[in-house]
Amino acid sequence: MLWYILKRLLASVGTLLVVLAITFFLMNAVPGSPFITEKSTPEQIAAANAKYGLDKPLIVQFKNYLVSYCHGDFGVSLKMQEGTPVTDILFHQGKFQLSIKLGLIALLVAVIIGIPLGCIAAYNRGTWLDGFLRVVTTIGVAIPGFVLATLLLVTFAVKLQWLPTISGSLDSFNVYVMPIVSLSFYYVCYLSKLTRTSMLDAINQDYIRTARAKGVTTKSIVIKHALRNSLIPVITYIGPVIAGIITGSFVVESTFSVPGLGKYFVQSVLARDYTVIMATTFVLSALVIFMNLVVDIAYKIVDPRITLSSRED
Amino acid sequence: MEDNKKLIEIKDLKVSFFTPAGEVKAVDGISYELGYNEVMGVVGESGSGKSVEAYSIIGLLQNPGKVTGGSITFEGEDLLAYTPEQMRQFRGNKVSMIFQNPMTCLNPVYTIGNQLMEALTVHDDKITKEEARARAIEMLEKVGINNAEKRINQYPHEFSGGMRQRAMIAMALICRPKLLIADEPTTALDVSIQAQILELMKELQKKENTSIIFITHNLGVVAEICDKVSVMYAGRIVEQAGVEELFYNPQHPYTKGLLASQPRLDEEEPERLIPIEGTPIDLLNPPTGCNFGPRCKNCMKICLTKKPPYADLGDGHISACWLHFKDLKGKKEE
Ligand SMILES: Nc1ncnc2c1ncn2[C@@H]1O[C@H](COP(=O)(O)OP(=O)(O)OP(=O)(O)O)[C@@H](O)[C@H]1O
Ligand code: SF4
Ligand SMILES: [Mg+2]
Repeated sequence: MLWYILKRLLASVGTLLVVLAITFFLMNAVPGSPFITEKSTPEQIAAANAKYGLDKPLIVQFKNYLVSYCHGDFGVSLKMQEGTPVTDILFHQGKFQLSIKLGLIALLVAVIIGIPLGCIAAYNRGTWLDGFLRVVTTIGVAIPGFVLATLLLVTFAVKLQWLPTISGSLDSFNVYVMPIVSLSFYYVCYLSKLTRTSMLDAINQDYIRTARAKGVTTKSIVIKHALRNSLIPVITYIGPVIAGIITGSFVVESTFSVPGLGKYFVQSVLARDYTVIMATTFVLSALVIFMNLVVDIAYKIVDPRITLSSRED
Repeated sequence: MEDNKKLIEIKDLKVSFFTPAGEVKAVDGISYELGYNEVMGVVGESGSGKSVEAYSIIGLLQNPGKVTGGSITFEGEDLLAYTPEQMRQFRGNKVSMIFQNPMTCLNPVYTIGNQLMEALTVHDDKITKEEARARAIEMLEKVGINNAEKRINQYPHEFSGGMRQRAMIAMALICRPKLLIADEPTTALDVSIQAQILELMKELQKKENTSIIFITHNLGVVAEICDKVSVMYAGRIVEQAGVEELFYNPQHPYTKGLLASQPRLDEEEPERLIPIEGTPIDLLNPPTGCNFGPRCKNCMKICLTKKPPYADLGDGHISACWLHFKDLKGKKEE
């Protein structure tokens, strides 16, 4: 187990390198520079480029990023908050914490609502309830996130004025409702569909018949025997859910003006604040990779047939 | 007194599946009784209703299957009148069942021990964990699993097919049921393992005094373990007799065909199998006469219009075929 985790961590370093490289070269392939404004003269731009090392060849710049990342140094912001260390921007202005909080709640909502809904649909298959849930979840997986976010915003904030938009104050829980719904709705629906399918699959397995032949109660058959087996495919999907919630936060935070990492990332891309782009990419990728490792370990706990070490063979 | 000897009595049991295409009479009026400590074989082609008949005893009929007539009496109690909860308590406790495919019949995510102990705890809420565990280990040892203390903590995928079937048997017998229904318990196993499992079942049957309903395609297996045999065809028992009587003195044309089509272990050339010609009837549209009529070499006029009644051939040997009545009629006329 320990050996497996070590191996996975090593592989993660490779993955991170690739992600950083792709981000770096794509970022530089896009024309423009953080220092171009209407007023800036070519001399000023050249001076700024020289100051932050942007005049060096790309490969040297990339190497410099890696070297400073190894020292835990993310550099300073080039534009958005010029001169402020990126570490401070990411971690000491509440952005990371806010986004993590939103993301975790959205993940929890997806799991805590999606999985039971799937069980309910499976248990009542063929009834009106199952039909109703199928319609809702099908719509849910068909609506793009930004459309849902905009719809919610227009309906509940602008028209009905039931829910506040975020404007500075983050104290009230109401503020989080729409962003969380937008972030998690797709996954609630998807997990519910997935759970329903795999639950129905599990219920038709021979071992369920064995359990019934033993005289196990219906409740225990569903919860003990069917659910745990049907969660196996569901857990594999949690990894992509986490990645999806993180990318979803870019849109959702921008739509609802949530001052989190997602919104800041989008702004930094538009502003070509290279150091912020690189650092945010690094932090979010590391997070996704780490969560995937956690998911794989959870997978192993639920399904004893998986031995983590042999999966590497 | 006589009633006390009967463990289970089935009378004119009818089971149908109400499919969109129509009513499938999977079991169409079968009757038999089974005493304590008795082993009955049920043989017949695929689709003859062997499993359906067994599932209806234990209350595990799948939708859209329903018992449409007859009675099942177990130790004097009418099983068909049981509530679902009574039926649940009955299952696994008084009657338990083992199935064909041991590879898929155990839950892959729980240990063997967990599943064995569960069989105990669902019927006895007073039993402690330690007691249940001790009993599970004892049962595993009984079915010939070495190192049971360690094995009990393993998962099904760490067991071979034969061992899983042993574990299934241990699980089925852990509550000391009066009746064990074995639905082709050896069919999915290698021949050598089949023999071992059969030997084990024979031994345990003697030790625990369990009655067994043993469902199989294989008449060789029947000869090994059974006291009596019911031969099923298209939802009916066509012939029933003590095991020796059936092998040495088969009366029904279908039984004769079945015996001729079995590979014999003592014969050198197994190619000489004579399969019964024709295909099983369509249960959606059964013939008005004898179900076996379309495939029977001895088919007569009356066979096509009327279902044959049972002829009592003495000593519990019965056979449903018009031939017996022709003989009787012939004898009377002579
Ligand atoms: N779930 C079901 N839905 C509809 N019909 C069914 C169902 N289960 C069984 N049947 C019908 O009942 C008949 C008897 O099936 P059964 O499983 O008892 O056969 P069997 O004798 O056990 O055969 P096998 O040797 O293949 O196990 C089948 O021919 C089929 O038409
Ligand atoms: S009743 Fe007639 S058709 Fe049926 S088995 Fe006997 S001889 Fe054959
Ligand atoms: Mg069967």
